Amino acid sequence: MTSPSAGWLTGSLTRAHPLTTSARSITFTVPSWPGNDAGQHVDVRLTSPDGYQAVRSYSIASAGPGEMIELAIDRLPDGEVSPFLVNDLELGDTVELRGPLGGWFVWRPDQPQPVQLIAGGSGVVPFIAMTRAHASAGNSVPMQLLYSLRTPEDAFFRDELSQLAATVRTTWHYTSIVPPGWSRSAGRLTAKDLQRETLPPEKTPLTYICGSTGFVETVSRALTSLGHAPDAIRTERFGGT
Amino acid sequence: MDHLDGNVLAGPITGFFDFEPTTAQGQCQSCADIAALGQAMVYGQPMGFVARCGNCDNVLIVIVERAGQKSLNMRGLRWLRVADPVEQNRI
Repeated sequence: MTSPSAGWLTGSLTRAHPLTTSARSITFTVPSWPGNDAGQHVDVRLTSPDGYQAVRSYSIASAGPGEMIELAIDRLPDGEVSPFLVNDLELGDTVELRGPLGGWFVWRPDQPQPVQLIAGGSGVVPFIAMTRAHASAGNSVPMQLLYSLRTPEDAFFRDELSQLAATVRTTWHYTSIVPPGWSRSAGRLTAKDLQRETLPPEKTPLTYICGSTGFVETVSRALTSLGHAPDAIRTERFGGT
Repeated sequence: MDHLDGNVLAGPITGFFDFEPTTAQGQCQSCADIAALGQAMVYGQPMGFVARCGNCDNVLIVIVERAGQKSLNMRGLRWLRVADPVEQNRI
């Protein structure tokens, strides 16, 4: 199931809904898609009428067998591809897709270690797939998510994460604006936050971090200083447009 | 310039090899560090992809995709090691 198909597949948009004011969930039907593991990504290729092509990688929010894949795209203000996917792509429109891709930043239900997920902003997308895979497998391996985001309005899949709280607890951390009555003030994640809100090295967790380059650098460095082995930390930086 | 992780190479390397490349282990020619390709630092787009050693910054791999062709230069890798595909077929 993890091996990529040889070339580019065609996916047609079959479902879409807004996640935030700048982000959208888009689900494609992709004939001959082989299914995917949680955490894998897909390359999306757009071709303009004059032949110009742009390719971007996106994490897949869904996991498992089937020919439908869900992406969750945040519109980057100066982006070349994301504004089109968020604003302009309509039901029935097609894009080219290459995947499923990657095996390193992936979680499989047969992994024995406890799992700590740490998301910065839209870096939560592969972790949505992992929590879904964890739930659908009825998996008993401890998994928890620390989700750092600017404001409460920026949350992706808040309802779904709340519903999963009994098996995968989500700790919300706000860097810019906190909800009314929130006990903590807004601010960037610190080593102290990480120490309090993530699985400690003694539990030998596998820790996944996904977010902007700066977020991933800061968090992975802090975790190493807290005593986590570098090989027990897997990172996925996103950037570009 | 911001970099990405080796994970992003999975797509561009498709077609060169029939194994999943980001879990393959490689050794840096320069500092002898051994890591999965997914752990490399990747500077991407628009020219192509340059993967550097996470330990010493040595250029491991260069991929250029243009005009319907792509080229792969693995000048900075001493070797690449992959799991036996039979063992790997888990799902």
